[in-house]
Amino acid sequence: MTGEAAATLQSVKISVRDLNFFYGKFHALKNINLRIPEKQVTAFIGPSGCGKSTLLRTFNRMFELYPEQRAEGTIEMDGDNLLTTKEDVALLRARVGMVFQKPTPFPMSIYDNIAFGVKLFERLSRSAMDDRVEWALKKAALWNEVKDKLGQAGTSLSGGQQQRLCIARGIAVRPEVILFDEPCSALDPISTSKIEELIEELKADYTVAIVTHNMQQAARVSDYTAYMYLGELIEFGETDQVFIKPKRKETEDYITGRFG
Amino acid sequence: MNAPQARSGDYRLPMHRRRKAVNVMALALSLAAMAFGVFWLLWILLETFRLGIGGLALATFTESTPPPNADTGGLANAIVGSLIMVSLATLIGTPIGILAGIYLAEYGRGGWFAQVTRFINDILLAAPSIVIGLFIYAVVVAQTGGFSGWAGVLALAVIVVPVVLRTTENMLALIPDSLREAAYALGAPKVVMIKSVTLKAARAGVVTGVLLALARIAGETAPLLFTALSNQFFTADLSKPMANLPVTIFKFAMSPFENWQKLAWAGVLLITLGVLFLNILARVLFRKKD
Repeated sequence: MTGEAAATLQSVKISVRDLNFFYGKFHALKNINLRIPEKQVTAFIGPSGCGKSTLLRTFNRMFELYPEQRAEGTIEMDGDNLLTTKEDVALLRARVGMVFQKPTPFPMSIYDNIAFGVKLFERLSRSAMDDRVEWALKKAALWNEVKDKLGQAGTSLSGGQQQRLCIARGIAVRPEVILFDEPCSALDPISTSKIEELIEELKADYTVAIVTHNMQQAARVSDYTAYMYLGELIEFGETDQVFIKPKRKETEDYITGRFG
Repeated sequence: MNAPQARSGDYRLPMHRRRKAVNVMALALSLAAMAFGVFWLLWILLETFRLGIGGLALATFTESTPPPNADTGGLANAIVGSLIMVSLATLIGTPIGILAGIYLAEYGRGGWFAQVTRFINDILLAAPSIVIGLFIYAVVVAQTGGFSGWAGVLALAVIVVPVVLRTTENMLALIPDSLREAAYALGAPKVVMIKSVTLKAARAGVVTGVLLALARIAGETAPLLFTALSNQFFTADLSKPMANLPVTIFKFAMSPFENWQKLAWAGVLLITLGVLFLNILARVLFRKKD
């Protein structure tokens, strides 16, 4: 698919308008405006401290755990401003899943790791839960490796497997959006490529937003790319366009490695 | 670039030798300090066994404390009294300590209320147990008009709380926030997050804290001296003065009667073994976690 036509045909899942973010007095995000298309992969790139993770953490209001952090502006998802909505934050987070930089398996079995999130909102029979766990593990391309040891501790898996377990855990809740915060930075190349393949497949059903330090990764997995610098959104567009023909000089400098 | 000249690193040798000498010296001093500590510990253990083993017999567990110079007699009343009071104190103190620890680590964090609670808890943790004994004497024994097992239980529970609170808080603080965020990210409410994730992850450490508190109160004499006192007869009635190992040891060891002294040593051995067992159990539990 090429050109503007495709971009406009995409329906928008999350629409960010005039978003400002503060860590105490520090102004970390400055007037961010951006539309994340539905069922596409949107990558956020930029040097450390540019605010890409901060932006990601506003989409599920994770920042609210820390009283000194505060967001102003509008983040619309399906027409609702999720920063001011009356919807409980727990329900929002069930719709917007997140996978973190380091794998975070819970101190329980592989099976219970997956079932944990499901049990929060659904009362399933044993067999329905079994099906859900299997479905999620298959989606996360982990089923074949763990199907005979579902009772083992989640922490007994390798780093790459743990990360896929965390992805399965997020999928099992059946969210609409999945946020990835540098999901491969602690993984080896083989695990990384597995997770990249996975992200490609996930966009058939989910809207994916991924923060990455790795520009090749952004180029490989994403349909849209946002380049951020010092809390500002410098450029946002289709990944091919951003990487091949960036509109802004700053983006070009960063992508070509002239600026680090 | 020229190849480095042979032995060009010679100038490094003097400092290297000095460092090695300092290292050897520091190692020797550390070893000596460790040997000094272990020497006394082993001596204490050895003496306890040597003197205590003689007083241990079946009768020690089946018969109550004898009058002076009797032929028979044991520590049954003191053992049972200690078991009852220590268990009840742990049962009362543990939930309070764990819940307060959860508050400090998960809810209060840096807030002023948590800061004050933490400060007071530290004072309580460091308070001499005799102070706690006298406190319970003043507010319970003096008010109810008599020594009782309940007063002993209360005094011991007051010692349990700060120990359990501290370890619970510390163990929960070791759990990285990333794990908490992961639970929240799935839409888990805070209670579920704590119950199923952080408390579970810290379980081994929290249990260790409880065991260490148990070990601590198992040997406390001062708080019981003013509260449960002692009882030469067997009783499971907590409203009466209650026999217990530490006070019995205190009384018997100070006495001039040989059979009492022998039983005192047997009691010392029993407590030592109990505490040793609890400490080893705590260690095993901790290791399992890693």
